[in-house]
Amino acid sequence: MAPDTVTSAASPLELYLRERLEHKKLLLMTHVVCGYPSFEDNWRELEIMAEFGVDMVELQFPFSEPSADGPLFVRANQEAINNGTSPADCFAFMEKVSAHFPFKVLMMGYYNTVFKMGEATFVNKLAAAGGCGYIVPDLPVEEAGELHGLSASKGLAPIVLMTPTNTEARLQLLGDASQGFIYAVARKGVTGNKTEMGDDLDAFIRRCRAHTTLPIGVGFGVKQKADLDFLRGRADIAIIGTAALSAWEEGGENALRTFFASLTA
Amino acid sequence: MSLFDFANSREGYYGNYGGTFLPEILTATIEELQDCFRTCKNDPSFWNEFVDLMRTYSGRPTPVTYLENLSRQLGGARIFVKREDLGHTGSHKINNVMGQGLICKRLGKKRVIAETGAGQHGFATATMAARFGFDCKIYMGAIDIARQRPNVFWMESLGAEVVSVEDGQRTLKDAINECLRDWVTNMADTHYVLGTACGPHPFPEMVSFFQSVIGKEAREQIIDEAGRLPDRVFACVGGGSNAIGIFQGFMDDNVELVGVEAGGHGPGSGLHASRLAYHDASVGVAQGYKTYFLQNDDGNMLETHSIAAGLDYIGINPILADLWEKKRVRFEAATDEMVRETLTLVMRTEGLIPALESCHAFAQAILEAPKMAKNEIILINQSGRGDKDIFTVADTIEDEHWKQFIKDKAVEYGS
Repeated sequence: MAPDTVTSAASPLELYLRERLEHKKLLLMTHVVCGYPSFEDNWRELEIMAEFGVDMVELQFPFSEPSADGPLFVRANQEAINNGTSPADCFAFMEKVSAHFPFKVLMMGYYNTVFKMGEATFVNKLAAAGGCGYIVPDLPVEEAGELHGLSASKGLAPIVLMTPTNTEARLQLLGDASQGFIYAVARKGVTGNKTEMGDDLDAFIRRCRAHTTLPIGVGFGVKQKADLDFLRGRADIAIIGTAALSAWEEGGENALRTFFASLTA
Repeated sequence: MSLFDFANSREGYYGNYGGTFLPEILTATIEELQDCFRTCKNDPSFWNEFVDLMRTYSGRPTPVTYLENLSRQLGGARIFVKREDLGHTGSHKINNVMGQGLICKRLGKKRVIAETGAGQHGFATATMAARFGFDCKIYMGAIDIARQRPNVFWMESLGAEVVSVEDGQRTLKDAINECLRDWVTNMADTHYVLGTACGPHPFPEMVSFFQSVIGKEAREQIIDEAGRLPDRVFACVGGGSNAIGIFQGFMDDNVELVGVEAGGHGPGSGLHASRLAYHDASVGVAQGYKTYFLQNDDGNMLETHSIAAGLDYIGINPILADLWEKKRVRFEAATDEMVRETLTLVMRTEGLIPALESCHAFAQAILEAPKMAKNEIILINQSGRGDKDIFTVADTIEDEHWKQFIKDKAVEYGS
C-alpha cells in the first residue's frame, strides 16, 4: 500500500498496520475469549501467539447473549461468565497484555457490555488499558455515531465489518465510518464454520477494496495454511478465531503451537 | 394516537426504546423485510386478506364473554373476557403467525424459523408452515421442551423440526439467539417468524400490527355486550404481544391499560420475570433491540423464572416500555402462587381454563375487581387456553390420580 494514502487522520492502529505491512505481506490477527478457560490459560495462549509473530489480538469480553458467535465461542462466553469474568477483569487483563506483548490489542464484544458501563467510560477504560480499538458486531454504524466520536478523541479505532450481502451504497457508508482496518466477513453465518476460499471471496474482497483505502482483514472460517496462501496478495490481514481455540481445546499448548507452526510453515 | 408514526422520531424507535441492533450481514435482509411490511401495511387489501384468512382458518372474530358468576362472587366491577383461547392452536399467537405467513409468501421465501417458549408460538408457526407449504424449524430451550412436551409433540406431528437449545439458560432468550444464528446463515431463503413484539425493527411494529386485530374486535364487542367501553383492560406481558394487541383498541379512549408480568416467587427473590413492576430491570441492548432487560451491572442477562414458560423472558416490548414511562400503561406482577389460585377459581366459577400466562392477567383483575364499583367494567385478554399446561398444573396441585396415570403410562412404555 502506498504511504501517500495515509492521511493525517489515520489512527495509531492504521499506522502500526501499514508499518508492519512494509515487512510482511499478510498480517495475522488472533482471538482469545477472556477468562476462558482461565486468564492463566489466556496468557499461555498469547505467549504462543507472540512466539509466532501474531500482529494483533482481539480480546473478547464475554457476554451472556453472543448471538453472532458459533457453538465453540458461545460455550466459551458462557463458561467465562460462569467463572465470574467481568468487564473490569477483562480491562485489567488487557492492561497487562498490552504492556507485555509486542502485538496490538483490540476489544471484541457485544454492544450491551459497552452500553451498560457507558460509552465514555468504555472509551476511557479501553484507552487506559492500552487497547487500540474495538470490534462490536451488533452495533450498526447508524447507532455508532457517538461512540465513534468519543473514540476519535482517544485515538481508538472502531473496526467496521463489511459483508458479502451489503450493497455498494452500504459498503461506501461502512467504508466512510471505518478506522484502523476493515473486517471483511468472508461469508454468511456465525463464527467457526468452513469458508470456501475461491472466486466469490476474491470478488468480495475486491468490492471492499473499492470502498476503502484501509487495510483489509478477512475473518470467519480462516483456519489453515492454504487459506493464508489464498489471502496473501488479496487481503492484508488474516483473522483466525475458532481454529486456534479448537486447537487449544484439543491439546493445550502443544496443539496450539503445532497449529501456528502449520499456519506459518 | 398513532404508535407507529415515525415522522418526528427515528424509525423503529418508541421514545428511547426499540431500534435495530443486528450484525451487518443481516442489514439487507432486515431492510427487505421493512420494505415488504411497509407495502403490506399501506395496502388495505392486505389487511382484508389477513382478516379473511383469520375468519376462515382460525374462527375470528373470537367472542367476548361476560363472567357473571365471578363478577357476582367478587362483588365489584363486571368482568368480561376476550377469548383468544378459542383461536386455532389455542392462543393469540396464531394472529401474528398467519400474518407473517402472508409476508413470507410475498417475500418469496420457502423456509421459516421460529423461537418458542411455552410452545404456543412454535405450534402456531408449524400449522402455518404446513398450510402455506414452507419448511419449518423451531428452536426451543431444553428446559421449555421438558415442561411443554405436548406442544413439541404437535409441532413434530405437523412436520416441523424442533431443535433443543442447550446453551445459556436453555429457555426463550436462548432460542431467540439460535434463530438469529440460523438467520445470519440462511437469510436468502428463510424468514424469521419472531413470535412476540420484541427484537429488531420492524418486528415490534409488525407483530403489533397483526395482533391489533384483538383490540379492534374487542372494542366493538365490549360496547355491544356491556353498552360502553371498559374502565380497565388487563393483559399478561411476557414479550408483550397479546397486551399490545388488545391495548391498541383502546389507546385513544379514557381506559386504563394494565400489563401484568410474571412475579414468579415475588419481588427480591431473584426468581421472577418482572421487568417493570418490580424495578429490577435496567435499559440495555440485546437480541436486536433496546429496552428494559433483567441484567446485572456487567450487562449480562439474569436468570428468570415463571410458572408460565411464555412469560419467562428477560426483555419487554419496547412500545410497552415507552407507554409505561409515559404513564399510559400501568404495570403489575402476579406471583406463581396467585396464578395457581386464580386458575382454580376461574375453572370452578366459570368453566374457563386460561393458560398459566393468561392467569396472570386474571389474577390482577381479580385483585382489583372487588375494590371497583358495580357499574365499572373490566376486560381481560385471555391470551390462550390452559389445557397445554396439564402437566404443570396437575403437578402443582399434586393431583394423585394424574400421578398414578403417569406412573402407569411409564410402566406401559417401559415394558
